[in-house]
Amino acid sequence: MPKKDIKTKPAPKAKATKETLAVKPDSKLEEIQATRERKSVLMQGNEAVAYGALDAGVNFFAGYPITPSTEVAEILSAELPKRGGVFVQMEDEIASICAITGASLAGAKSLTATSGPGFSLMQEGIGFAKITETPCVVVNVQRMGPSTGMPTSPAQGDIMQAKWGSHGDSPAIVLYPASVKESYELTIRAVNLSEKYRTCVILLLDEVIGHMRESVRLPDMANVRVINRIKPTVPPNWYKHYDENQKYLSPLASYGEGYRFHVTGLTHDSHGFPTNKSGEAGEMMDRLRKKISYNMRDLVQIESYQMEDATIAIFTAGITARAAKAAIAMARSEGIKVGLLRPLTIWPFPDEAVRKMLRNVETVIVPELNQGQLIHEIQRLTKDKSESNLIAMQRVNGQLITPNDILHKIKEVS
Amino acid sequence: MAKSYEIRLSGSGGQGLILAGIILARAAVLEKRRVTQTQSYGPESRGGYSRADVIISDEEIYFPEATNFNCLLALTQEACDVYLFDLRDTGILIIDTTFVKNLALAAENTYELPFTDIAQEKLGSAISTNILSLAFLVQITGIVKPESLKQSISESVKAAFIDVNLKAMEIGFELAKQYKK
Repeated sequence: MPKKDIKTKPAPKAKATKETLAVKPDSKLEEIQATRERKSVLMQGNEAVAYGALDAGVNFFAGYPITPSTEVAEILSAELPKRGGVFVQMEDEIASICAITGASLAGAKSLTATSGPGFSLMQEGIGFAKITETPCVVVNVQRMGPSTGMPTSPAQGDIMQAKWGSHGDSPAIVLYPASVKESYELTIRAVNLSEKYRTCVILLLDEVIGHMRESVRLPDMANVRVINRIKPTVPPNWYKHYDENQKYLSPLASYGEGYRFHVTGLTHDSHGFPTNKSGEAGEMMDRLRKKISYNMRDLVQIESYQMEDATIAIFTAGITARAAKAAIAMARSEGIKVGLLRPLTIWPFPDEAVRKMLRNVETVIVPELNQGQLIHEIQRLTKDKSESNLIAMQRVNGQLITPNDILHKIKEVS
Repeated sequence: MAKSYEIRLSGSGGQGLILAGIILARAAVLEKRRVTQTQSYGPESRGGYSRADVIISDEEIYFPEATNFNCLLALTQEACDVYLFDLRDTGILIIDTTFVKNLALAAENTYELPFTDIAQEKLGSAISTNILSLAFLVQITGIVKPESLKQSISESVKAAFIDVNLKAMEIGFELAKQYKK
């Protein structure tokens, strides 16, 4: 390849900094922006995801709208063009994940939003983003059942798919909010982590969280921490597309900046060219694993609620954790010592933290809106307890597990 | 949980109950209360069941769905049949007698009015039944101030429909005042 003097073009500006929105587009924007730190607004979970994405600097969305995630696409279709960003309605979800991966390689911060059926279609592309170490975010607002299921009903059935859905041992970073405010915060975190770790980060929402409205007060933009990908500092001909520092984080050049690299879903060497050498293949797979496992401290987030003196622990995520909190309040008023552990980062699974926090409890209850997913992880981590002290609580009929359901279970085991 | 107030607005798809829920929730936000609003509906845009839950509280709201209502608004017979049993003993039941003909059990505080017929008669269309009955509910329960509801309606509906909805609101307030005697 002849050396050409290619002009370095800066990546597209993330966005105009002064514009941050806190309400739906057709309300009085300026007024809300000026007062957003002081004023609570009524906001939907999906809206919070859209505004989180904008505040994190997302400037490219490609997707295929699907209930219960549609509002994310709807809002971004109105807001992105105003800020010089791009919104593309794709023909399907396979194209959507490919489009956001490509856009990211061209320097954009990209995101898509979908639900179960679309998430299944995206799995191949998610694996591609992971092996090519391309930052992007997939929001999956979960709905009930296999296939088309029940579009407007909640379930937590994609917990394992988010980790294992793509073939071939791919690493996963998956975040799981439990409120509208947290949907905003974890969307920003998802974008930040995708940029930092050069991978596809998944944000799992429950249908109820996505559709729920709550009074929220968003932080001032000055207090929002945005992380951008590390850019290469070496001359173009020294650049390796897959190169790591001691924390397994590697710089990323964009197309059009003068750096030459090859992108393929095949197992590749550090320049990105396909390889069948076992040494290089092993190194690549090791790096994918290590960039997660060496940074657990940065990745893991877990809420420990009233666990100090608890003899019974409830382990659950998302909307079910809110039912648990209500149940805990009722149980505590009757003198039952019960607490909650709630992972905000669901993958990588917070093994060490959970093992430590569950050490002193007698019984663990795992309520979830599926036929048993989180329970397997807890089973793995509570081998020191007898089987009868690990209580499963599962529901998959489109209804939530209520505080009373959990309270009954707490009383049964206490 | 003590200071929280749970309201369920129920009926069928197309009656505007989710919008009514959003308007009530926004009115509570204007009063700086904590609030959650959730909904449940089928995949169809009209017909089928539909409900909106609003919880208004001064403390953190853990579970966002209403499970033990302080107030239930039922605009259809099916909704009334299904949800009446989750109304508290002291709870307020408001039913639209245009569609609700039978009560499965007697609630202590029951308010019965043909809201849909009234909207049809006074506004020329049943479309504003949601706002009319919501205003009635607000006046009866006192859960938010009438002015907050008014402001919330103005902020929540399209400009072209503000007038008709405010008119529906006034009728709802008036009906409640007369009902209270």
